[in-house]
Amino acid sequence: MREVAIIGVGINDWGELWDLSLRTVWAQAALAALSDAGVDHVDSVTVGCMSGGLFVGQEHVGALLADELGIAGVPATRVESACASGGAALRTGFAEVASGLADIVLVTGVEKMTDCSGDEATAALATAADQETEVFFGATFPGLYAMMARAHMAKHGTTREQLAAVAVKNHHNGTLNPHAQFRREVTIEGVMGSTMVAEPLTILDCSPITDGAAAVVLADLETARRLAHGRPIVKVSGVGFATDRMALHNRKDIASLEAVQAAAQKAFAMAGRKPSDVKVAEVHDCFTIAEIMAVEALGFCPQGEGGKFTEAGCTDLGGPIPVNASGGLKAKGHPVGATGVAQAVEIATQLRGEAGARQVEGARIGLTQNMGGTGASGIVHILEVAS
Amino acid sequence: MTTLSPARLTREFPTRYRLEAARCAACGEVMVPPRLVCPACGTREAETITLNPEGEVLTYTVIHVAGSAFKHQVPYILAVVALDGGGTVTCELADLVDEAPAIGMRVRLEFRRIQEDGEAGVIAYGHKAVPA
Repeated sequence: MREVAIIGVGINDWGELWDLSLRTVWAQAALAALSDAGVDHVDSVTVGCMSGGLFVGQEHVGALLADELGIAGVPATRVESACASGGAALRTGFAEVASGLADIVLVTGVEKMTDCSGDEATAALATAADQETEVFFGATFPGLYAMMARAHMAKHGTTREQLAAVAVKNHHNGTLNPHAQFRREVTIEGVMGSTMVAEPLTILDCSPITDGAAAVVLADLETARRLAHGRPIVKVSGVGFATDRMALHNRKDIASLEAVQAAAQKAFAMAGRKPSDVKVAEVHDCFTIAEIMAVEALGFCPQGEGGKFTEAGCTDLGGPIPVNASGGLKAKGHPVGATGVAQAVEIATQLRGEAGARQVEGARIGLTQNMGGTGASGIVHILEVAS
Repeated sequence: MTTLSPARLTREFPTRYRLEAARCAACGEVMVPPRLVCPACGTREAETITLNPEGEVLTYTVIHVAGSAFKHQVPYILAVVALDGGGTVTCELADLVDEAPAIGMRVRLEFRRIQEDGEAGVIAYGHKAVPA
């Protein structure tokens, strides 16, 4: 297997982009990544997109977007794993380069979520859960995570304030990210007192509806060295993907994320690294409880202690393991298919030392964790500066 | 997109109307609804069983913001219920009057109206949990 590097990154300003279509949102990020990489051609395109069909009534986005970029002719396909579609697209691109099937791959993620009504968007997101055994009976996506939160609080003593602390931290980080959808601080009281969505989760425990895209250009290490022009080369050193039982009620433990744990173990084994080697991480905080459970599953703290770990500031910028320096899904936004790719954009930017006000000093190894549904898909990538 | 087409609803009748499920012939895993292969051990043989409707709440939430089919019901309680004879389901927890929902609460599944496809549309039935 060949070594694979990220040679270009691109992201656009996320938010409710009413004047931009899916194809334009995507092209902004794709062009930014190609310019950053300094390449004039790619061999292949992957598109992480959860549901062009339900959000904008458009499938076949691989060909649509390659055409939009003026590169019709290349193979281009959508990769789907619900909210982990971006991470899955990155893994697919990695496999193409590692195997020698392609030398340069444009890995992208996009979601255009505000062209439909709020009800339609809610219904589209709920398709990431089991329609016949969960959604049919009244489950909502926040409702399922709320039940995970309740189970975690009962089993491990996690507090309401600890959940809110995730939102406070990530909103703070979002103020330092010019691409973030929300660039304002929130308080513990403000989070707890905001509109109730599914007890105990309020609206400020939930990631928002977002239009946005992100892209990275992958290449084999030899090509990457040729195009580096003195910049640090960021290698993808570990890739892990695991699935779990689809419905939350069929999991062995509702208060843990086994697929994330399994994906992390695979990625760490492949990279020859351990959790304590990671100096900056982007994790899938679709809800505040998700970040608490993710930092446990990734091995940053013992199982059950994610709440205390967060409350103690261990995941703050400046803490031992800064988590979601970008603002995370919570503040940066969560255009579902784009999220997994945007996480890689953030970590690559951090490892290059180009993250500006939110730079984690001296970080040479970073991690991304992307998750689909209530954790039925877990995808972890480890990125590091090549020596 | 409707999830309430007659064909789609009708094929779920055995589990939703009669609590039919399957028990793995090898390991005893209870599958709700039945499937072709046991997710626990991979065995392809199973017997049809009727679920024991009694069980216990594993976790719950009170939903305040619902999808369009459930909007008129908010706030409502959603729970994960582990059934005494095996099998775990997600459904509403209904008929609580003075009692607050709680993890560990004893409940029983009852046959109830779940949702409908508009005023003149198909009515979909299934189960809700009520205090035992």
